[in-house]
Amino acid sequence: MSIYVKIIKSFGNFVLNTEFEAGNEILALLGSSGSGKSMTLKCIAGIVKPDEGRIVVDGVTLFDSDKKINLSPQERHVGLLFQNYALFPNMTVEQNLYTVLKNCNGQKNTKERLDLLLESFYLTGLEKHYPGQLSGGQQQRVALARIMASDPKIIMLDEPLSALDSYLRWQVEKELTEILGKYKGSTLYVSHNRDEVYRLCKKVCVINKGHSEKVSSVNEFFNSPSTLASALLSGCKNYSKAEKLSHNTVHAFDWKVNLRCNTFIPDDTKYIGVRAHRILPFRMGDECQNKVICRVLEIRHDLFSVIITLTPQDADPKKEFSQIQMELPSIEDNFVLPGDIMAVNIPIDMIMPLRK
Amino acid sequence: MDWFPLYNSLRVALISTFITFFLGIFAAHYIAKTPRLIKGVLDGILTLPLVLPPTVIGFFLLKIIGPLGPVGSRVLEVFGFKLTMTWYSAVFATTIISFPLIYRTARGAFESFDSTLLYSGQTLGLSNTFLFWRVVMPNCKQGILAGAVLSFARALGEFGATTMVSGYIPGRTAIISTTVYQLWREGNDALAYKWVFINLIISFIVLVTVNMLENSYKQPVGAAKDHFEHED
Repeated sequence: MSIYVKIIKSFGNFVLNTEFEAGNEILALLGSSGSGKSMTLKCIAGIVKPDEGRIVVDGVTLFDSDKKINLSPQERHVGLLFQNYALFPNMTVEQNLYTVLKNCNGQKNTKERLDLLLESFYLTGLEKHYPGQLSGGQQQRVALARIMASDPKIIMLDEPLSALDSYLRWQVEKELTEILGKYKGSTLYVSHNRDEVYRLCKKVCVINKGHSEKVSSVNEFFNSPSTLASALLSGCKNYSKAEKLSHNTVHAFDWKVNLRCNTFIPDDTKYIGVRAHRILPFRMGDECQNKVICRVLEIRHDLFSVIITLTPQDADPKKEFSQIQMELPSIEDNFVLPGDIMAVNIPIDMIMPLRK
Repeated sequence: MDWFPLYNSLRVALISTFITFFLGIFAAHYIAKTPRLIKGVLDGILTLPLVLPPTVIGFFLLKIIGPLGPVGSRVLEVFGFKLTMTWYSAVFATTIISFPLIYRTARGAFESFDSTLLYSGQTLGLSNTFLFWRVVMPNCKQGILAGAVLSFARALGEFGATTMVSGYIPGRTAIISTTVYQLWREGNDALAYKWVFINLIISFIVLVTVNMLENSYKQPVGAAKDHFEHED
């Protein structure tokens, strides 16, 4: 089971240009809103026709602009879970599933398959309910069961948890993990939420303003993102334009400091990124690290942490990336106050060199 | 009292509603999908009967289906019957005049239909025909029915074009509206009042029905919550 996608589609000024491949695994398509993730899924499903490119699932070409192949959505056998689940509101749970089962494998043992689906998606007892009478999580299970009823070669999930409130989300995510774990084919998981991707997926393909980046493993993506866009999506808060000075030093333009760094620095490094919780107050004994003298701008108390916004002493505060956010688990009262001068430590192994 | 005008009015209105029901849905379904410019032009043409004076429609109809018109003369020649001054002439007039009402309400219903339902059905392998009859139509039902009832009411109340193409022949082409006019001309107020009263009752029932249909249409049919949370 595999999927290969390479498509180009333009809408006015926006150009979607994605290329990726996935095997029997969950591949996340991660990008901010409007980056073209959902459009990519619609192209694969056959709802939107790409301008050019090729889509191959399990060796079957679904779309090929050169060979003029463009299968209808019905012929593609691709399961797509919509953001709003798209259950037929005029049919009960049972009818929603039965319609698809009957259409897919004729009349034979439809009843048994229906019961099996109801059972494995924890829908027993809800057969006679209409979608409007179900909770968000239940609707999602029905939608997933209905997709499985159609025997899809791959399944695609479009922000499956975004329509749920945060209370329900955790429970539904657990169920989703279980369901996806049982599925043997390729799964594409569209999301803008990095935490979800980290917990649910094995591989990540970042889509930034319509362009897809190289597929990387989840660990690689979170530990050492290679571009500014993927670092932003992975939740990194601090950036500076940077230039490689030597094999172990970079100059951070926005912070006006030279930083030592023990990770590999590629020659085409344009930015560096540092995660907020990796920056620490400078203490005695930290001499072999990077000491940066900063002015405290603001102290914000978050639920389980404190975020201190700083600006390096020599930096031009008007510049885009001149601020540094430091996230500490907690601080003592009057630890620092806005306006104070404070030395921070940017550990040499926590600097991530980034390409554009 | 001669009940023929009531019978004839209902007959004409029902037949023309039956015709506009299918024509209107067909037109609405295809036009809802066309590009904007074509949609605008076709929409204008199909909605014209709603704003034109019925006498203008009647005039055009007479020019076409009258005994000297291109269609009317051909039918007279080949089949030997006239298309004007008969009870079914009124059907031509009321069909044209009531068409925009069902067409527009049906189009509105199709356009507000959540197209992800259609797309999800397609990706699940269900045929477009199946989806149209089992998913699109049931979810647009109230809107379309309200349009049909309105168009029935309009057909029942038609006077201008009908009187031009089918005239007023007691017991043959008379309908309620033309009968009231005739009775008023004759000064027979007592009978005119009876027909006016009958007409009021029918119109009132129709409007209450439309209202009830529209109210149930506005209630959520159980579509999934469409709210997105954007974090980060």
